[in-house]
Amino acid sequence: MANFSSDPSFPPPRRLKPWKAVERGLAKVGISGKALVLIAPVLWLLVFFLIPLALVFGISLATKQFGRPPYSPLLTTEDGTVQLTLHLSNYIKLFSDNLYVAAYLSSIRIAFISTVITLIVGYPMAYAIARAPDPWRNVLLMLVVLPFFTSFLLRIYALTGFMRGNGLINQFLGLFGIEPLVMMQTDFAVYVGLIYSYLPFMILPLYTTLVKLDVALIEASADLGSRPWQTFMSITLPLSLPGIIAGSLLVFIPAVGEYVIPALLGGPETLMIGRVLWDEFFGATNWPRASAVAVAMLAVVVVPIMLLQKAQNAMVEK
Amino acid sequence: MAKKPLIAADTRPWRDPSATPFVRIRNITKKFGDVAAVHDVSLDIFKSELFCLLGGSGSGKSTLLRMLAGFETPTSGTIEIDGQDMTHVAPYNRPVNMMFQSYALFPHMNVEQNIAYGLKRDGLPKPEIADRVAELLTLVKLQDYGARKPHQLSGGQRQRVALARALAKRPKLLLLDEPLGALDKKLREETQFELVKIQETLGVTFIVVTHDQEEAMSLATRIGVMNQGEIAMIGEPTDIYEFPNSKFVAGFIGSVNMVEGVVTEDEPGHVRLRSAEMGCDIYVGHGVECAPDQILSWAIRPEKVMLSRDKPDAPFDANVTKGVVEDIGYLGDMSVYQVLLDSGKRLRVTQTNTVRGNPDAITWDEPVYVTWNDTSGSVLTV
Repeated sequence: MANFSSDPSFPPPRRLKPWKAVERGLAKVGISGKALVLIAPVLWLLVFFLIPLALVFGISLATKQFGRPPYSPLLTTEDGTVQLTLHLSNYIKLFSDNLYVAAYLSSIRIAFISTVITLIVGYPMAYAIARAPDPWRNVLLMLVVLPFFTSFLLRIYALTGFMRGNGLINQFLGLFGIEPLVMMQTDFAVYVGLIYSYLPFMILPLYTTLVKLDVALIEASADLGSRPWQTFMSITLPLSLPGIIAGSLLVFIPAVGEYVIPALLGGPETLMIGRVLWDEFFGATNWPRASAVAVAMLAVVVVPIMLLQKAQNAMVEK
Repeated sequence: MAKKPLIAADTRPWRDPSATPFVRIRNITKKFGDVAAVHDVSLDIFKSELFCLLGGSGSGKSTLLRMLAGFETPTSGTIEIDGQDMTHVAPYNRPVNMMFQSYALFPHMNVEQNIAYGLKRDGLPKPEIADRVAELLTLVKLQDYGARKPHQLSGGQRQRVALARALAKRPKLLLLDEPLGALDKKLREETQFELVKIQETLGVTFIVVTHDQEEAMSLATRIGVMNQGEIAMIGEPTDIYEFPNSKFVAGFIGSVNMVEGVVTEDEPGHVRLRSAEMGCDIYVGHGVECAPDQILSWAIRPEKVMLSRDKPDAPFDANVTKGVVEDIGYLGDMSVYQVLLDSGKRLRVTQTNTVRGNPDAITWDEPVYVTWNDTSGSVLTV
């Protein structure tokens, strides 16, 4: 007796899955499953990133006026004609007023120095964690992430407890008869705050590249006659460059626009663009000027990212 | 493929008790915590030898190699290379280079830079480095690949770059950790041959770690079989195979039939064992250090056992027993017979297929006589 169900020339009747039918229906309208999956993040970015960005850009081309909203409309209708008025005065002011240029330069300087110091502090920590014995590694990583369990603001306030005139550090120094140091309201305090807050963002990407680094490469380098520091310079450092770049970006970008740390720890002479922006927005209620400051800051931050990204891509391709 | 002895005295210095060893390992022990990975190993290796450390995983062979390279410090004992104590010398100060199992090529450098890496550390002038790199690329037949990055190479090419890099500094001693382990079978056989050729031309002393007994047998001048952190036997490939010193070595290398027997005659010229397992007496044609009534192990390789339909001569009234062919494995060049002896013991016997498609070959379920020469087996006391 021939068994028809096992005969390959008679395939069993196909069972239609319900979602297959949906997929076919969507395909008729030109939507594939892949597109469907992409719609959610695209919508999210559109609503919460691109549209607000466009609004900010639009406001930056208006002028300040009293009322609600506190800026002039871009589009006006007069005698049945639609008029588009774009003011470049806010951008011109950014370049003509020394305050803004100085604030940008000072922000970049502070962010850059902080990034370099976080790198110098974070690299050995990341290296030590990556080379720590297995059971220790997760504990150490947990310790790096632990500060995130407390509010950022609280931690910055806690730093003032350390650094103020009668704070812990000065009390300790007082035990040895050392005059109290002025730390609060100085650039020093801002650096301490920035480095302390952003250190985990440097350590984590460094750790991920260093932990992947094959120990055999380091042994091979030693075997071929390299002393430990030579091995570090010619093997470990170049191979951890992707982590260095990623960590530096993660520290540099938010540090440039940082507001809370300079506001709480910095003094009046600590000039950072985040504070200028805040003052324009809430102090002077000059929304257009504030928007122009924000757009220019974006440009300042985006350019180095693009350059680094390019360098990173070139490295991967090589 | 093993080194052909040109002048016996010259190429086999280990047979000359007055020869000075090149590498002298003395009572080396390495403990990780409480576990001894290597336990009290002493070993002499001579100049221009191709010495294989053979063992299963966890036998301590890699740890021993890493101590020679300087990546591990021995817990006790000394390592001497070319007359100098190297026990506590850092890896970068040793006249030793290593070829890593994973090759450990620097991924951010091209082939030339990888090979030149060690030479640059020596501060050689640039033109000299370039010459040396070109020379090495020719040696490993990769002349046109100097500008490639490791990830653009095949496994076999990477292996050769690793070899070239390890040879670049003209080390006195080259350590190779599973050098052929990552290659497929065909490529492995070719590379084996090349490796021996390169070793012969350069005259460098090679110490190779491998778990592959075939590789060890075909490469080595001598083999050190390791088991649980100790050296079980050191000897030339033929010694290891034909005259194993212990049950472990006999069982580890190749396949073997092993039985137990009671000593019934213990003469200076021969020994007779009564073996219930074999169902007959075993006559061994040489003296053995043993006592009457002692229980000994006796091992014989499958290819040294003969099968016949007719009862063979039994000159000593021994070494002949009966069984039935239970199973045959046809491997092309030879066939493996599993013979069930009357005692219930199963013997493994191989026969070379010298006649093409032999219609008269012994087949399944046939009763057969099993016999062997009085010098074919090994008596194993440990």
